[in-house]
Amino acid sequence: MNLAILRRKGKHQPGVWFLRGSSILFLALIVIIPLVVIFQDGFREGFSSFEYQISLPIAKHAILLTLWTSALMTIINALMGLVTAYVLVRYEFPGKRLLNAIVDLPLAIPTLVTGIMLVILYGPQQSLGSFMIEKLNFRIVFAPPGIILALLFITFPFVVRTIQPILEELDRSQELAAATLGASPWRIFQKVVLPALILPTLGGSLLSFSRAVGEFGAVVIVAGNIPLRTQTAAVYVFSQVESENRLGASAVSIVLILISFTVLLIANTIHKYWGAHR
Amino acid sequence: MNLDKKGLGGWFLIVVMVIYLGILIVGPIIALMTGAFQNGLMPAVRSISSAVFSQALALTMQIAILVVIIQLLVGTMIAWMLIRHEFPGKGILNGLIDVPFAISPVVVGYMLLLLFGRNSLIYPVLDRFNYRIVFATPGMFLATLFVCFPFMIREMVPVIQNLDRGQEYAAATLGASRWTSFWRIIFPQLKSGLIYGMTLTLARAIGEFGAVLVVGGGVQGRTETATLFIFRSMEERRYIEAYSAALLLGAFSVLIVFVADWLKRSHEKKRLVLSVDGGKP
Repeated sequence: MNLAILRRKGKHQPGVWFLRGSSILFLALIVIIPLVVIFQDGFREGFSSFEYQISLPIAKHAILLTLWTSALMTIINALMGLVTAYVLVRYEFPGKRLLNAIVDLPLAIPTLVTGIMLVILYGPQQSLGSFMIEKLNFRIVFAPPGIILALLFITFPFVVRTIQPILEELDRSQELAAATLGASPWRIFQKVVLPALILPTLGGSLLSFSRAVGEFGAVVIVAGNIPLRTQTAAVYVFSQVESENRLGASAVSIVLILISFTVLLIANTIHKYWGAHR
Repeated sequence: MNLDKKGLGGWFLIVVMVIYLGILIVGPIIALMTGAFQNGLMPAVRSISSAVFSQALALTMQIAILVVIIQLLVGTMIAWMLIRHEFPGKGILNGLIDVPFAISPVVVGYMLLLLFGRNSLIYPVLDRFNYRIVFATPGMFLATLFVCFPFMIREMVPVIQNLDRGQEYAAATLGASRWTSFWRIIFPQLKSGLIYGMTLTLARAIGEFGAVLVVGGGVQGRTETATLFIFRSMEERRYIEAYSAALLLGAFSVLIVFVADWLKRSHEKKRLVLSVDGGKP
């Protein structure tokens, strides 16, 4: 059949151009212009003052705290995401469907609410929280472990949901062959299953990292806003906006944007590479 | 040979996962429930039926519903363009869509402050017409729109990609107009995707906090949304109010997402049955 029927009025009718033009305009207004404005503002007094702003001790501490908590979260998330996806795909057990549904909960729960949940559970007024502080001398709320827990909660579905469909589609014949040749389950996992999952796991983890770097709602509740101790980069930007230090807010915002973009770019490249070599 | 027989190792992994999910996700959720109801049911109910909270919730819903409507139209249109049209700059466009995923909500709010605030280029014009964007509802709406931007598009792209073009061709050969073909052939296939995308957008919009805090300022009775109400209640140590409002908001978001998910699944199942019966060419 001649497919040209669907394009009977020619491809470039005015309606199409209008749709195309307005979509691009909308995107430009919504996404590009704000980005241009913030870069222009951060560098308006030259590169040296940008550099000065981000090397102030409080700003530097905030950026480093954000980076190391996000990195630690990413490692834990990659490991536990892998375990969770593997268990959910490969094993049958009572309550599996419930657990599968629980994985999606963090996507629906507002991050501010996540922060409040953690404060209630581990806060110093609560029995569990005070027990951990007094007996174990381990602070969760208003300390880095709280930040990591909050970030883990928020980004948990990212890795699991990236790996799950890939595990489901994995060709089982190689595993069967390995098993008939007498390989142990752990050896099969190491040699056959894991290599297929490494790139997707990395991609999903980087996605969760780029999401975590900018997190605000949960972190501001769980960690508070204590400069040089628990203030992350996003919270630092917030406090600089409040105290009207525009240059500082813009400079750290730019750093945050650059980190997230770079990581997101790497994650996308991995996804593309992986898609092409499947 | 059964590869999925659980040995000791299998059971170990299951236990590890259950404990992890319990500590990370289930524990905090239960804590929020017990926190909200620690003084019984009545104080919780009373605090979420207060006038201040109702007002905040109304503002949240107002902004969220407007964002959902705009995203339904514009988001679907952009997704459609990305799949069905070829044009220069498409790759860049495709990359830009995910930008809001990568930008911190605080930075989003701050960008809008720079763009429309007192020191911006456009401020004199806005001032002339006495129109406020920053520290007012329009700015909060823009912030929410920015943050929710990718959801509808990312949901609709695969749906549009999987449209059955054979039916469109058939309709076209039978003389159906584009309009008829859209409503009778395309729209029914898009429906469940649209509902799911709208729900995700709605849930995200309701929960938005950082961006609306920075751009709106959270003035009680004027620019205070439900999340900002919760934040202020926490700061002022009115814990029962904060907890019960947080519980309500969280429960509502979870409920709508799960219902939409269930709808989507049952729709997919129906389509699968149809195609097994030979309904699909």
